[in-house]
Amino acid sequence: MSKRNSNWGNTLQGRFLRWMRFGWEPMDVLLIDKMSQDRDESVNDALSAAENLRDLQLSEKYNADTAIEHSIMQELDEWSLSKGRKIVNRLYALLSVTLCVTVILLLLETVIAMPMRGVAVSPTNNEVSQRYIEEGMEETGAVNIVAGMILDYRAFDTLGESTVLFIAACAVLILLRIDRDKDGRPTQELIAAEEDDRSHEPKSDRILQGSAMILTPVVLLFGIYVVLNGHLSPGGGFSGGAIIGAGLILYLNAFGFAKASRFFSYKTFALITLLSLSFYALAKAYSFYCGANGLPSGIPLGTPGSILSSGLILPLNICVGMVVACTMYIFYAMFRKGGI
Amino acid sequence: MDIFRLLMLVTLVICAIAVSLTKNLLSSIIVYMAYSLVMSVIWILLESPDLAITEAAVGAGVTSVLFFVTLKKIHAIQGESSDEQAQQ
Repeated sequence: MSKRNSNWGNTLQGRFLRWMRFGWEPMDVLLIDKMSQDRDESVNDALSAAENLRDLQLSEKYNADTAIEHSIMQELDEWSLSKGRKIVNRLYALLSVTLCVTVILLLLETVIAMPMRGVAVSPTNNEVSQRYIEEGMEETGAVNIVAGMILDYRAFDTLGESTVLFIAACAVLILLRIDRDKDGRPTQELIAAEEDDRSHEPKSDRILQGSAMILTPVVLLFGIYVVLNGHLSPGGGFSGGAIIGAGLILYLNAFGFAKASRFFSYKTFALITLLSLSFYALAKAYSFYCGANGLPSGIPLGTPGSILSSGLILPLNICVGMVVACTMYIFYAMFRKGGI
Repeated sequence: MDIFRLLMLVTLVICAIAVSLTKNLLSSIIVYMAYSLVMSVIWILLESPDLAITEAAVGAGVTSVLFFVTLKKIHAIQGESSDEQAQQ
């Protein structure tokens, strides 16, 4: 950037920049540049007079052209301000109504085309779902068929979902995080964000803190219960993780960033999510690779119904739960302040 | 039970329409929370408690909180600013 050559104004970039800044001028400037250059080069030229004449004609023609262009632009402006706006508005309304009606008709058509409920030949009643229902508990060891399905038969889908959440959290971090500068000092933006947060959020609110003191442990315990009992009762990694995340958000709201950052920093986030996702991927890699279901994991399935049963489903539930909880907390912290 | 189911479905439709027709953004988020709660009850009626728990936690809990924070960021919560002005 520092090494601009002397002819920089005539390069593509220079012309583009001038066009950005001055609108119509660059052609003018260019022509003048060219004319002056031509004149410099052709001072002793015998043809200079003819060239000058040609330049003059060119510039006159150019001026006339620009005058016409300007008048056309003005007319266009007037038209778009008065009549055009009305037409565009009406067109816009018409198009949006058409779009809505089309989408509604398409969706209704899809619903009508779906197989009726309870028909024996519909795809929901084929041999795959029958097998899942009949032998799912035996093969996966999970009493909750849904957990057995999403973390054993369809574990690949769940890995994809957790990865999507992780990527979303990373994108939010990239977009909204306000960094310190190179020396580690807070920037103006960061100070302004913290000031804004401090002035708008409740500072040691008695009611909020009292209720959070009672509610947070209960919410967290319930979330952990839902995660750990994912293979026995309704729930599982995703819902339990969301509950834990909500509990963390409640704690952060009541007690502020200073206390919350003692146990949750960027490092915690990175460590927990990366460890969980890599454990998940490693534990299931072989069965993903060969596309096989029901490979022995080395962990005994145990008796269905006890907490330590169903092989890999319990650790995978914990992994998913931790990823979801961290993601929810990061979303909230980034949306609110742009930092932890 | 049929009456309860019908009531829930009608409430769901009313909530869904009210979300889009409410002028105040804050109240439309609260109506949306109500929508999520009704939806989670309907999931239980449809015998899928897993979805019900997720709907209650994500739809009614975390999503609404994120909406609230966003509203605060874009200074769209009306009552707060007028209160501050009154104090000053």
